[in-house]
Amino acid sequence: MNIFDMTIHELHGALKARTLSSVEATTALLTRITAVEPQIGSFITVTAEVALAAAAAADRRIAAGECDLLTGIPLAIKDIFLTEGIRTTCGSRILDSFIPPYSATSWEKLRERGAVLLGKLNQDEFAMGSSNESSAFGPTRNPWDVTRIPGGSSGGSAAAVAARQAIATLGTDTGGSIRQPASHCGCVGLKPTYGRVSRYGVIAYASSLDQVGPLTRDVTDCAAMMGAVAGYDAKDSTSVDTPVPDYCATLKDGVRGLKIGLPKEYFIAGLDAEVQKTMDEAIETYRRLGAEFVDVSLPHTEYAVATYYLIAAAEASSNLARYDGVRFGHRAAAADGLLDMYTKSRSEGFGSEVKRRIMIGTYALSSGYYDAYYVKAQKVRTLIMNDFISAFADVDLMLTPVAATPAFKIGEKADDPLLMYLSDLFTIPVNLAGTCALSLPAGFSATGLPIGMQLIGKPFGEATILRAGYAFEQATEWHQRKAEI
Amino acid sequence: MKITVADVEHVARLARLELTAAEKELFAGQMGSILGYVDTLKSVDTDGVVPTSHAVPMENAFREDVVRPSIGVEKALANAPNRSGSFYAVPKVIE
Repeated sequence: MNIFDMTIHELHGALKARTLSSVEATTALLTRITAVEPQIGSFITVTAEVALAAAAAADRRIAAGECDLLTGIPLAIKDIFLTEGIRTTCGSRILDSFIPPYSATSWEKLRERGAVLLGKLNQDEFAMGSSNESSAFGPTRNPWDVTRIPGGSSGGSAAAVAARQAIATLGTDTGGSIRQPASHCGCVGLKPTYGRVSRYGVIAYASSLDQVGPLTRDVTDCAAMMGAVAGYDAKDSTSVDTPVPDYCATLKDGVRGLKIGLPKEYFIAGLDAEVQKTMDEAIETYRRLGAEFVDVSLPHTEYAVATYYLIAAAEASSNLARYDGVRFGHRAAAADGLLDMYTKSRSEGFGSEVKRRIMIGTYALSSGYYDAYYVKAQKVRTLIMNDFISAFADVDLMLTPVAATPAFKIGEKADDPLLMYLSDLFTIPVNLAGTCALSLPAGFSATGLPIGMQLIGKPFGEATILRAGYAFEQATEWHQRKAEI
Repeated sequence: MKITVADVEHVARLARLELTAAEKELFAGQMGSILGYVDTLKSVDTDGVVPTSHAVPMENAFREDVVRPSIGVEKALANAPNRSGSFYAVPKVIE
């Protein structure tokens, strides 16, 4: 078995048994990155020296008898996470040479346990996109078909797992940015409940929706990564101070007796036939495993995309006001006074999609439109949240597609922002409701493209969806297929 | 929904963005279609509905008002495009 094909739990076993060192594993991954990166483009920055130093330190820890599940495991993280002393761009020219003075809590937690950082992963600029085409550092390609998008905005995080350039990765999800690329690249991705993982040191896009989560090869690894990053952080006042369950301990509890909801608004006429077939087969698998299905309704689903694009754009226009060329980031060389310096620095530094969302958000917050757009969207958000509360009164979790189609072609939706926004139809409501959802491999199209399914959990119900995901994974072999690259 | 180039210029000024003539034309069309789409929300009855700003209900987070170490001047200024001593330097504000 190739080292780069291993899961966290497999590699951990080898490290603990001392049949393999972290330096050997890290070297194997760095070699793999060099070999496939020209075709994939998952990384913005590869941190080879930092990685090998961390691997050597991990090997010393292991030799001293300290072999935590993550000690010596080579990981990579989306370039949205601040890493002290390591360039962090968020996929934008405006942060081209930004070196953060501190690290994100989520990465710090992994690092403290001995994880090795291979590098910073490609993404849509400021996490705004569903295809990774808006990165200022060039697009990422789908390892299953390099003419297709990997999904976005954590496209590099998903592609790196699928192309075996990292054992596991971290991404962020504001409207589907972990789940949709996980689905398109055939890996497991978890969007935790809002407040479950600290957002400290994560470059802000839409603060009321952003969450940090893992992308992995299987559900076992996902539970392990989730357990490592979850928890209260005094530095993020929106993180929630409730105990973190042992997600690995309940993985094998099975689905017998679980009630799974099928929201009718997610099984619509426009759904790709192969996606529909994949969902039907997944339902059959769960029935066989002893789960019970209940039809439920989330009646405001059709308004979720509109609600999301108002709220996210409004929050983005406010969050991105900080990029003014004064304290960090790009500053325009020739400016006539302070205001002109702000304007030119921003206009030179931001790409087209970021400008478009700032414009929409500014419009929605501007005098005369604030109530009609922003406050209206916040009210519809309440109705969407209430839909979930009602549905969860009857079921333990819900099963839906992640995306209406498998990965689309690079360039296919690039000129039509509205069409691109609609590709997040099934993932956005979960962010608006603030709850958790898991995306996992459920099948393949006839042309060999991965198709994911989404398990939506109750707020702080990560253990239940991970357990249901694990049961499915044990009953199927989809997660074992590897992209031929 | 009709968004004119003048509307785009007004919003760009508020957002501190400078757009080319081509970008203004493009954004007028795209913002028009996006805002036209979000207008579907107008058909939703939200009378008496409380707006949600935050998915998880929580109270204000307080902490003890004690002095703690911070990152310090040098680290804070390390990314400054231009500095003057221990300050960020910017173009002249008042003529």
